[in-house]
Amino acid sequence: MEGGKKVFKLLKGLQSFKEFSRLVMQHRMGIAGIILFAIFGFIAIFAPFLRTVDPMRGGLPVNILEPPSSQFWLGTDNLARDVWSQTVYGTRISLTIGFIAAFVTVGIGTLLGLIAGYFRGKIEEVVMRIVEYFMMLPFLPLMLVFTAVMGQNIWNVVLLIGVLAWTGTARIIRSQVLSLRERAFVEASRSVGAGDRLLIFGEIMPNVVPLVFAQGIVLCTWAIYAEATLAFLGLGDPNVMSWGKMLNLAYTSGYLTRAPWWVIPPIACIVLLILAFTFLGTAVSDIMKPGYREARGL
Amino acid sequence: MALKGYWGFVVRKITASLIILFAIISSTFVIFRMMPGDPVQLMFNDPRLSRQDMELLYERFGLTGSMWEQFVAYLRQLLLHGDLGMSFMQQRPVMDVLVSRIPQTVLLMVVAIIVALLIGISLGTIAGWRTGSRFDTAVITGALTMYGIPTFCMGIILLLVFGVYLKVFPIGGYSSPVSGLTGFAYLLDVARHLVLPALAVTLWYIGAYILITRNSIHDVLDQDYIVLARAKGLKESTVIRKHGLRNALLPVTTATGLYLAHALGGAVQAEVVFAWPGLGLLMYESIIRRDYPVLQGAFLVMGIVIIVANLLVDLVYGLLDPRIKVGGG
Repeated sequence: MEGGKKVFKLLKGLQSFKEFSRLVMQHRMGIAGIILFAIFGFIAIFAPFLRTVDPMRGGLPVNILEPPSSQFWLGTDNLARDVWSQTVYGTRISLTIGFIAAFVTVGIGTLLGLIAGYFRGKIEEVVMRIVEYFMMLPFLPLMLVFTAVMGQNIWNVVLLIGVLAWTGTARIIRSQVLSLRERAFVEASRSVGAGDRLLIFGEIMPNVVPLVFAQGIVLCTWAIYAEATLAFLGLGDPNVMSWGKMLNLAYTSGYLTRAPWWVIPPIACIVLLILAFTFLGTAVSDIMKPGYREARGL
Repeated sequence: MALKGYWGFVVRKITASLIILFAIISSTFVIFRMMPGDPVQLMFNDPRLSRQDMELLYERFGLTGSMWEQFVAYLRQLLLHGDLGMSFMQQRPVMDVLVSRIPQTVLLMVVAIIVALLIGISLGTIAGWRTGSRFDTAVITGALTMYGIPTFCMGIILLLVFGVYLKVFPIGGYSSPVSGLTGFAYLLDVARHLVLPALAVTLWYIGAYILITRNSIHDVLDQDYIVLARAKGLKESTVIRKHGLRNALLPVTTATGLYLAHALGGAVQAEVVFAWPGLGLLMYESIIRRDYPVLQGAFLVMGIVIIVANLLVDLVYGLLDPRIKVGGG
């Protein structure tokens, strides 16, 4: 009985997911975002097969700062490293950080939002005060300071984004939970003796999943943005060649204005990847607006 | 609480603000003590310094005693004398260092936000009025693009295009060095240096304002009073201006309050790209050089500005919105 119910729920979930992706595909920005995202995904997965070399490996002194050629598709940097390989591998770093950081952030935010909205009282007060406190802090400066304190490596960047960015998600989830907890189906469940845990995770949480998904996209964008900015400011992981790091090296070595082949690829990639997520996020939030399908007859 | 009504609300808000201010003062103190590296060692990397000399230096920068004693000493200096300590690197009071950098950031951000307000509201209003049109689609796509591109990327693009290839604007700094310009010529020189960093910052705000205004106008135009105004036979432009815009601008005002509150810390990226000598560049340099007192002071100033701005917004809202008075915040 229980198992059958679970399978049914899963199938229903899959059905609505299929429905959802169909709507995204029919949204003009949605499809643009998906195509861009697919290209970056392909590059990230097949990075080793795309005629790349180790992005950190220096080349011969004669090849320093070479413009693009058949040997170096996008030229070389000031240590004769291959810009094409750096750009390709940078995709992996941005996507990995984006996904993991978004996962951590949305996880923390959703959990605290659920707890604050469900239990109300003292717990809610404390959580919302912390949210308020975080919103009073200047964001980027705070990130810079924390990176300097915690040390510069890729996991600290992820952790930092998670610790600093959960507040928005917590607020949104909380206000949704506030209205859900008064609804009839929650009341019904409560009246037949369902405990808090079942009510939170069994009844309320499934109803905030679309919201969580939309938050995930927003935070993914945000995390990619944050990592690129930190790396550009020289506070990224020194052992990882991300797009922001490439720009930092071009900037600090003084070749920013003289080696466009070194500068343009990472900028183009950062911008396009962020736009992919932005468009996708816009499409998703459009679709989630009440009356979207009816207005378009979909 | 004995106090009721609006004054009770005011007292509660001020108390909450003071608590948050104290939290910011104490957490920045702790964070900056956790930063790696011994500043005295970093600054005076000189083997000739005797033990006594070193101890004198520690004392001068308030680095002696337990963490708790340091904190109490810091608080006393701050509250009784308004003293933020000495900059490790520049060897002068933090307050002087901050005061020398804040005006540049204020100039950059105020120009950027005003330009963005004008352009963003105009485009957003037209787009929201003509929702679904080609113009709307183009404006929205443009706004999302401007909003999405990180400011440092935008800065580098502008720097390469207008500073390096077209050579129409200087690529960095606040004014031309050793030019000896005075009066109007000097102001013009500063304005020319301001263009690119301000543009890099303003494009993001334009995107944000377009999105806010457009959605807000779109929502307002569905309201009953707009339908009524149209039914009265008013001209469409009058409906938009008199009835639509006035109500739709509330979210824009809220956003502007928030942007101004965060303005001091909001220009780090543009200031670094264009070497604009404001608070953002100062913080960046201070992090690289581990100049804690300056960072701590900068955070305190930014924190106070943000808290005061938020408090003002809350208090004004409390006056305007009767529900807040009853609900008690």
